[in-house]
Order: sequence, then structure tokens, then C-alpha cells
Amino acid sequence: MDNKRRKFLKMAGATVLAGISAPAVVNLTSGSALAASGTDAAHGGHGGPAPTGVRLGMVIDMRKFYGNQELLDKAIEACYRVHNIPKIQNRKSEIKWIWKTGFANAFVDQSHNKRSETVLNNQFPVLCNHCDNPSCVKVCPTKATFVHEEDGIVAMDYHRCIGCRFCMAACPYGARSFNWEDPRPYIETYNPDFPTRMRGVVEKCNFCGERLALGLEPACVEACQGTGAMVFGDLNDPESEIRKVLNQEFTIQRNSAAGTRPSVFYIV
Amino acid sequence: MYNKTMIVAGLVIFVLMVTFPVWYNRLDAGPLPKPELPPGGEKECVASASFMRDKHMQLLYEWRDDVLRNTDRVAVTVGGKEYRKGLQMACMECHSNKEKFCDTCHDYAAVTPDCWDCHLTPTEAAAKKEAH
Ligand code: SF4
Ligand code: SF4
Repeated sequence: MDNKRRKFLKMAGATVLAGISAPAVVNLTSGSALAASGTDAAHGGHGGPAPTGVRLGMVIDMRKFYGNQELLDKAIEACYRVHNIPKIQNRKSEIKWIWKTGFANAFVDQSHNKRSETVLNNQFPVLCNHCDNPSCVKVCPTKATFVHEEDGIVAMDYHRCIGCRFCMAACPYGARSFNWEDPRPYIETYNPDFPTRMRGVVEKCNFCGERLALGLEPACVEACQGTGAMVFGDLNDPESEIRKVLNQEFTIQRNSAAGTRPSVFYIV
Repeated sequence: MYNKTMIVAGLVIFVLMVTFPVWYNRLDAGPLPKPELPPGGEKECVASASFMRDKHMQLLYEWRDDVLRNTDRVAVTVGGKEYRKGLQMACMECHSNKEKFCDTCHDYAAVTPDCWDCHLTPTEAAAKKEAH
């Protein structure tokens, strides 16, 4: 009897171990296969190959914003104006498309305790990163948030949003806001070309898809025109300005360890 | 069969109750709505009046998917004038009085489309400009 029980436990233990380790073995080998093929190294990120075709992205040159917070305010204001974004002070109900935050919040994985004063004393603009591998899109049950295959914009279709907020939980950057209240009373001026949102939907930066369609730059980029503080363009086009900046400068992404592969890069 | 009279009486009462709104109004559905034509005097719409009457909702859904999901924001040209696809941007440009156009039929048919929870009517759009 005793002997049988021991045998049984041994077998059970071995089976469980095999069960746990099997996927790990698969993961490791597929990971190293990717690394060996060079795909991973090519885009310097995590997981899967980098998509080809037009891939819109942004470089934010912080050197232009240090000591020039007015420029940053101007960019933020431009975005608020064109998209009818409500200005709600209450932290819980607040709506954010592009906003300011300290370095430690913006770059959670770049922590060390001897940062330069410039970095510590300045605010960083943050917005939706229009990730290559967006976790928000994966979790949306209605496909209200999705990737535009044509340009890589992570878009929202407010008509489909059911307000479940899975995307907010999934986004590692807090780039999405939920309309807890009717936003209209908090909008200062209406842009008649753009809708407002309603209570119960999630919203975020749309990389100004509606302006791009008219051949315009994103509103925040336009507000910084002439300063080079924000550069927007096709990350996959070797001739684009953004590509040239990326080739010349050392840039960092927000929380690249999350594996979402952001399309917004920072020069700090 | 038993309780025949009770069942028949019950059925009659049921039918009368269900049809109450019809005969109470003496088979009259009230005056037909007369939506106001564009105050700007535009004569042509993006499709024929009868199509728009029957199918404007389908058209709006198509435009919505074109613009938001299919990256097809190509403007619609009517009589030499270009209209960007959109309720606010195309429709309301001519039908600038939502109350006298959209609402007349919607009220009559007792439908409350939720378009206006997000899309601005020209009156609403103007309201905030004056206030600030
Ligand atoms: S930053 Fe967040 S919301 Fe934007 S694409 Fe990435 S995961 Fe989605
Ligand atoms: S790209 Fe457009 S929507 Fe996004 S932060 Fe800039 S102005 Fe706002």
C-alpha cells in the first residue's frame, strides 16, 4: 500500500514537471531561433518581426523642450483644441491624449539615482505610442481599437467601444482615458470638424489620422514647427526625416521591456 | 372544450388592447413631418432624395467604416462641390438646422439616434465659440 502511494506520487510529480517545462523549452528555442535569424536585432525590440510598409512614428527631441515648457504647453493645447478634448481637473475623470509627466514616470525602466538635473527638472510629453505590438488591441473584445494596416496607427472606433476598459488595463503607458462623465461641459471651444466623445467610451491620441488625410501634420507637431522638437513620419522610409533623425541620434522608448514596441522615440 | 366564452372574451380584450393606439387615433398617424430643406438653397444631395429617405442610415454607416476603418476618406463631389465623408462635415453643411430637418422625422417615428451624443450640430458647434 505504502509502496503504491509513493510510486503514484513520483509519477504524478514527474508528469507535472514535464507539463510545466514543455512550453518553456518551446519558448526558449523559438526565441533563440528568432534571434539567430536576425529579425529581433533588426528592430531592437522584443518578439515578432517588425512590420513592413508605411509605419508612422514620432521622435520627440527633449533638448528642444528643456527650459521651454511653453512650447510643450503649446503642443498640448493644439491637440486639445482640434480634438475637442475636455479639460477635467478631477484625476479620476481626466481625459489625456498628450500630457506632461516627470522622467521617472515616463521612463519607468530607466531608473538610476544620479540623473542629470535637466532631466529631473523638466516635464516630458507622453502620448499613445502607437505600438507595433499593441497590447490594447489584443484585449479589445469588439475590435473598437485596432491597427490600421496601411500606416500602423492604433485607432479607435468610438462607435464600437462598449466601455469595458480592458484596453486601459492592458496599456502599459496609461495612454487611454475613460469618459466617466459627459465631456461636453468641460470642452472650452468646439472644433466643428471633429466630434466630441460621449460618456462610457475610451479615448486616446489618434496620431491625428483626420489631419493626415488632409495632408497636414499632427497638431502637436505643427505647433512645434520650425523647432525640430517633434518629428513625425514613416519609420520604414529610408529617406524620411524621422529615419534620418533616428539614424543620427541615440533614442529611447518608453518602457521597452513591456514588449509593445512603441513608435514614439525620445532623445533625452 | 370548456371555458370557451372566457377564452374568446380574453382574446377580444387582448386584440383591442394591442390595437388601442391605432383606433384611438382614428386610424390617423397625425400630420406627416415636413423636414425643412437646406436653408442654403442647395438642391442636390449626395444621393437621390428617395434613397436618402430610405437609406441615409446605411450610407452613414458606410461612411463611418470608410473613414474610420478602411482609411478611405476620399471626398464626395456633388455638383462641383466637395464634401468630406461625415455627418458633421457633409450632411450638416447643408442641413444646418438639425431641429427642423433631422428631428422632425425622428420625433414622428419615435426614434432617438445617438449620433448627437458625439457629433455636433451646427448650433452646438457655434454655441461654444461664442461662449469663449
Ligand atoms: S501606447 Fe498603449 S494605447 Fe497606445 S498603442 Fe501602445 S498599448 Fe495601445
Ligand atoms: S498626434 Fe495628434 S492626437 Fe496625438 S498627441 Fe499629437 S496632436 Fe494629439
